[in-house]
Amino acid sequence: MMRKLKLIPDNTNIPFLKFRMMAFIVSAVLILASIGLFFSLGLNKGIDFEGGILVEVGMEQAPELGDMRSSLGGLGLGQVALQSFGSDTDILIRVQRQEGDASAQEEAVTLIKQQLAQDYGDAISYRRVEFVGPTVSNELVIAATEAVVVAVLAMLVYIWLRFEWHYSVGAVIALVHDVILTIGMFAITRIEFNLASVAAILTIVGYSINDTVVVYDRIRENFRRFKKLSVQDLINLSINETLTRTTMTSFTTLLALVALYIFGGEVIRGFAMAMIFGIVVGTYSSIFVAAPILLQIGLTHQKEEEEGFAGAERADADAEEKS
Amino acid sequence: MNRFPMWKIIVVLLVCAFGIIYTLPNFVSKSSLSGLPDWLPTKQVNLGLDLQGGSHLLLQVDAGAVKTKMMDSLVDGVRDSLRQQGDNVGYRDLGHDGEIVSFTLRDAADEEKARERLSDLSNIMPNGQRDVVIEVGDGGRVTLTPSEAAIIQRLSSAVDQSIEIVRRRVDETGVNEPTIQRQGRDRILVQLPGVDDPDRIKRLLGETAQLTFHMVDLTADVGAAGRVPPGSKRLQSLNEGSRTYIIENRVMVSGENLEDAQATFQNGQPVVSIRFDGLGAKQFGRATSENVGKPFAIVLDNKVVSAPRINEPILGGAAVISGGFDVAGAQDLALLLRAGALPAPLDILEERSVGPDLGADSIAAGEVAGVIGVIAVAVFMVLSYGLFGIFANVALAMNIFLIMAVLSVLGATLTLPGIAGIVLTIGMAVDANVLIFERIREEIRVGKSPLNAVESGFARAFTTIIDANVTTGIAAVILFVMGSGPVKGFAVTLLIGIISSMFTAIMLSRMLISFWMQRKRPKTLEI
Repeated sequence: MMRKLKLIPDNTNIPFLKFRMMAFIVSAVLILASIGLFFSLGLNKGIDFEGGILVEVGMEQAPELGDMRSSLGGLGLGQVALQSFGSDTDILIRVQRQEGDASAQEEAVTLIKQQLAQDYGDAISYRRVEFVGPTVSNELVIAATEAVVVAVLAMLVYIWLRFEWHYSVGAVIALVHDVILTIGMFAITRIEFNLASVAAILTIVGYSINDTVVVYDRIRENFRRFKKLSVQDLINLSINETLTRTTMTSFTTLLALVALYIFGGEVIRGFAMAMIFGIVVGTYSSIFVAAPILLQIGLTHQKEEEEGFAGAERADADAEEKS
Repeated sequence: MNRFPMWKIIVVLLVCAFGIIYTLPNFVSKSSLSGLPDWLPTKQVNLGLDLQGGSHLLLQVDAGAVKTKMMDSLVDGVRDSLRQQGDNVGYRDLGHDGEIVSFTLRDAADEEKARERLSDLSNIMPNGQRDVVIEVGDGGRVTLTPSEAAIIQRLSSAVDQSIEIVRRRVDETGVNEPTIQRQGRDRILVQLPGVDDPDRIKRLLGETAQLTFHMVDLTADVGAAGRVPPGSKRLQSLNEGSRTYIIENRVMVSGENLEDAQATFQNGQPVVSIRFDGLGAKQFGRATSENVGKPFAIVLDNKVVSAPRINEPILGGAAVISGGFDVAGAQDLALLLRAGALPAPLDILEERSVGPDLGADSIAAGEVAGVIGVIAVAVFMVLSYGLFGIFANVALAMNIFLIMAVLSVLGATLTLPGIAGIVLTIGMAVDANVLIFERIREEIRVGKSPLNAVESGFARAFTTIIDANVTTGIAAVILFVMGSGPVKGFAVTLLIGIISSMFTAIMLSRMLISFWMQRKRPKTLEI
């Protein structure tokens, strides 16, 4: 048989918890930086959240962006941003939200189309036209924030029920960590923040919790198996035991996401980027934040035994196996 | 363990067969699908507008205008009731402040008479309350207050009417399979596949539908071969199949003069009450006086809605159309009558139009990303786990079939984020198998026999798989419930992917491994 590829060698034993203070400091700095970036630079909000107009046009030949900008800028619609999108002949036109109600946005779209028809005639096709009025964009902001908060709370409750409160606190700290860092990434990379970005964040939340739960599951199990081991050694052992799985799954997911980033087209690229970042951060946080924090907030052997709820099943299973 | 129970084998095979059979129609063109026998599945995955190209419009019914119109017509109704030829009830200061219609009687002694006259304006709603509360205060001050329920009902029916009008308008443009649905309290979502420039539709939605009332031409032969006399025309019936009516061209009253139509009850029977404005009432009164006993036709967009018989002259501008309706039928007719014109202006809150090129590009890009992602993951799994990696890959392939099959059967919509969801699922789908395989490795390391190692590897990974997937599933469900449009599409594929990947890992790959172990009875496990 051929030799198997192993991301992590057997019997790896990295003393992750020794580095925990360093990891906490790194995470704290990154979190503060993300919050700072969020408030200073802000997010590059797409029209979903900002309102406004987005027109993607396909041209027969690459246009002079300067000319197009001054032509559209002369319409008096305020800020007009142009960028080539995937190819030179594919131009994304973004116009700021117009004062007034939804019909003002619609009129602006008509103006833009007229101007483009005048400048380029038939040599232009509309790949995408979108406008979002102010009422809707406000509602979308609220709905998106609600979705993230509700998701985090729902997971907190689930883990509380399945494990105990230390775990649910640890998991939520890791989640909030991941969400804040992802938002920081959006702020610094200027990747457009839109509805798909919210979907990305929620998926990261789902993925990160998945990773964390696998580690926690092992910690819980080891608490029952090794009554004498110190909590620190026990958590460390659990992280190492699940390390292969953690990295394997992150790696396969990243493979798929990188394919999506490279080949999935321009529209989905921002989403793929956010997900890639989130998977890396989520994996880091499961190992360096979620598990070590259990020690920090005082998880002990006693705590684990008091719980006993899900523990009973496993003890039975072990007993059966031995007989 | 190693005898994999027969019932599980059957379940796994059935599910896999379902996955493959229901995915296949997606590889066949629409035209060849129609040639297939009925018993074969023909449902394809619905492509979202962002993939097939099309236009998405979010419209809002102007609630303020609906209410103002309601109050205006109530004022008109009061005026018409009080002013009757030869027997006026004197009043002054008639008007409304947006909430309440009020006026003052010139002679406070007219109170009883006024109450009686106004009683037609206050009807009992299905919930048993009156829709307009009439009160007479000191000094002959009369107020008419529409109840909250009546206003909500009016707004709600205004949105329903608008949807109906919007649907008719859109159908008229020949758009294939448009989706028009209510969203929230006062919004209408219009989705127009294949329309990348919705300007014409946006214009049409602002136009008024034509509703007219005509006398039926009784001199003509209604039979299909019959000649239509000059001054009359033959019109199709709206709802009665091929039935036609011959009606006079002369418009008796136009829908512009119709103020309202509501389904109500008369003697316990569902009927439709209609109300004309001042001019309409006069025209209607004259026409009905002259034509008692004859049928008149209610014509909408050149189709006859119905042709009831005039039982008696109708002078007050309010009439009741009875005709053995059931409740739904009366509501439908009332809606159709009201549908003469959009009840209030429609604002476009949001527009998203995608040209067919971009959609096709997105699908192509998604396919490439998916195929490359699958190959990369599959190769990596084989490199890492050898033969067991192949088992995992079979599960992965089946997983993709299952997602496509479920999407097809549910008629769910595949959006661009949905494709992203599938690609992501490809990466995450092997997770359950990774968990299991890592457990098996551990069990082997502590010296268990291959059989025991596989057995306890699956058993121990099981709770972890459940916990890990339930938490991800929570995120997907919340995305689905709270998300909108394309994001919902993403959530659907993610959720289906979570469930199917658990199934393929726990059932399918286990079955494959157990078959293999039974055949080979390996002394050691290479994993």
